[in-house]
Amino acid sequence: MSQTVTETKHISQKTDQYQGHDYYGVDALLSEDHLLARDAVRDWVKKEVSPIIEDYSNRAECPYHLFKGLADIGAFGPSIPEEYGGGGMDEIAYGVIMQELERGDSGVRSMASVQGSLVMYPIYRFGSEEQKRKYLPKLGSGEFIGCFGLTEPDHGSNPSGMVTNIKDDGDHVILNGAKMWITNSPVADIAVVWAKDEEGAIRGVIVEKGMKGFSAPEIHGKWSLRASITGELVFEDVRVPKANILPNVKGLKGPLSCLSKARYGIAWGAIGAALDCYDSALRYSLEREQFGKPIGGFQLTQKKLAEMITEITKAQLLTWRLGTLANDGKATPAQISMAKRNNVHMALEIAREARQIHGGMGITNEYPIMRHMMNLETVLTYEGTHDIHLLITGMDVTGINAFK
Amino acid sequence: MKLLVCISKTPETTAKISFSDDGTSFNSDGVQFIMNPYDEWYALVRAVELAESNGGEVTVLHVGESSSDIIIRKALSIGAHKAARVDAVPTSSMFVATQIVNYVKNNPQDIVFFGKETIDYNGAEVGSMVSEMLDLPYISFASKLEKQGDVFHCDRDIEGGIQTVELSPPFAISAAKGMAEQRIPNMKAIMMSKRKPLEVLEPFQVDEKVSISQYNLPPSKSGVKLIDADNMEELVRLLKDVEKVL
Repeated sequence: MSQTVTETKHISQKTDQYQGHDYYGVDALLSEDHLLARDAVRDWVKKEVSPIIEDYSNRAECPYHLFKGLADIGAFGPSIPEEYGGGGMDEIAYGVIMQELERGDSGVRSMASVQGSLVMYPIYRFGSEEQKRKYLPKLGSGEFIGCFGLTEPDHGSNPSGMVTNIKDDGDHVILNGAKMWITNSPVADIAVVWAKDEEGAIRGVIVEKGMKGFSAPEIHGKWSLRASITGELVFEDVRVPKANILPNVKGLKGPLSCLSKARYGIAWGAIGAALDCYDSALRYSLEREQFGKPIGGFQLTQKKLAEMITEITKAQLLTWRLGTLANDGKATPAQISMAKRNNVHMALEIAREARQIHGGMGITNEYPIMRHMMNLETVLTYEGTHDIHLLITGMDVTGINAFK
Repeated sequence: MKLLVCISKTPETTAKISFSDDGTSFNSDGVQFIMNPYDEWYALVRAVELAESNGGEVTVLHVGESSSDIIIRKALSIGAHKAARVDAVPTSSMFVATQIVNYVKNNPQDIVFFGKETIDYNGAEVGSMVSEMLDLPYISFASKLEKQGDVFHCDRDIEGGIQTVELSPPFAISAAKGMAEQRIPNMKAIMMSKRKPLEVLEPFQVDEKVSISQYNLPPSKSGVKLIDADNMEELVRLLKDVEKVL
């Protein structure tokens, strides 16, 4: 067997030697669909993402060619029905796909979660049949890239305070306002934008690239998610046909249900980043010798590794149960908040501990650790901050709103 | 054109190997299994490519229990049209070869594909056994297979070079590295594979002529560490800090 290993793998620091870790045999809870999906995306990440991601991240450049690859592998809207260009898979399959993508890079996972959960999902859930037929197959195939506009420069954790608005103009509405921190916006063909109508109700509007008065400038200077492109959305008297309004939702529950989908994916994705850090740290601790033995033989290193795999195992079980609830349509937003908050924080702590095990090598791009750590700083606060998710749990258990 | 690809299940390449029952059986506890890479990457993918460009039907055949169904589904996801599984523990090369021969006698094929060997027992026996029993020409260790009109051109790896042969179906072939590239199934193909037929067959009885007396792990070798040519710092670090020769 060892002969084949040397024949098919070129051994170097840059080779992605990742292998999954399943301390509690959680794989036995997964179906064939889940395992096949996970392994396929893992293979795809090893082939397409790992060899290039340090370089793109280092240069703060988005690997645009991966949009096509993500579409081809089926990472855009895997749980959308096949007739609309999705994969027709269940929520756990969606979860394991996100896990494997984020094992590669949180930015690459973000490219896919925005397209699937924040663009395809609202159109599928709240759109007219015509809108579904027009946009979903093109979004699923990657012909169209989408983005999602909710957060504004002055309204992040409090989206209901948004000022972006639409005014009636016959067959059209006139859209004004600005959105901030929008993943994929500079390259997006369409944007699902949330804006208040004249009665103050929040509506979803599909804005297309090229509409007069619509621009999407890029945000530069990020030290995190450097391989993912982020921008603003600016609307100056943009005339949008009324046919582009999502007919089947009014109010904040529209965007919040999309965020629940995306946060659910992040809860899985964070496990991927944590697993990659743990996997690298475990291997390094057995290779790196100090005082005449591998550093993995010292108690303080073992404490770090043991705590890492304990936390990963807890997160795996938490997300598996959440996925089972989601498949039954029973996962509550508060349950999703708990998993997102717990798992992202867990992953960030593991990245920091893994960095220490790698010593100086941990700060270089010879290893994925520092990139994951910097990425996870974003993941900790986007799609609901670490603190806000805590308050959601607090409100859920006490029944008292502590937001305001 | 009917193409049969025989696939085996093997431990994944990083599995820790140990033996139980006084060294007479492989200990599969905690071992992850995969489709034998030579069967998957080279034989199956090339068969699927040939069917795509020339028309035809690819069947995957596996000898094993239902725990192998996930590997069969992966093969269907990669592009095989249908599958058959002989429901038995694959106890020996002769046992497996006999099951394949029995299947091909009932379901005649133009080409029977094998990987050049399985990465567990490294036997490379089944292909030649099947060819002998079916009286088929057999091209072993083939790294290229092209169809031109009614004939096939095939390169096979030989010591120090390549031998090119030409032949017509039916024949059997074992695939080596180079015959095709890895094909990663996408989500649609994975879902579609559930709708493809998988036939489960009773095994054909075989008189076992060989039994396993003992397995032993090879003696541990002194490690060889490969370092990337442009990673001088790591080389110096290893020579200085680990080997202490500088």
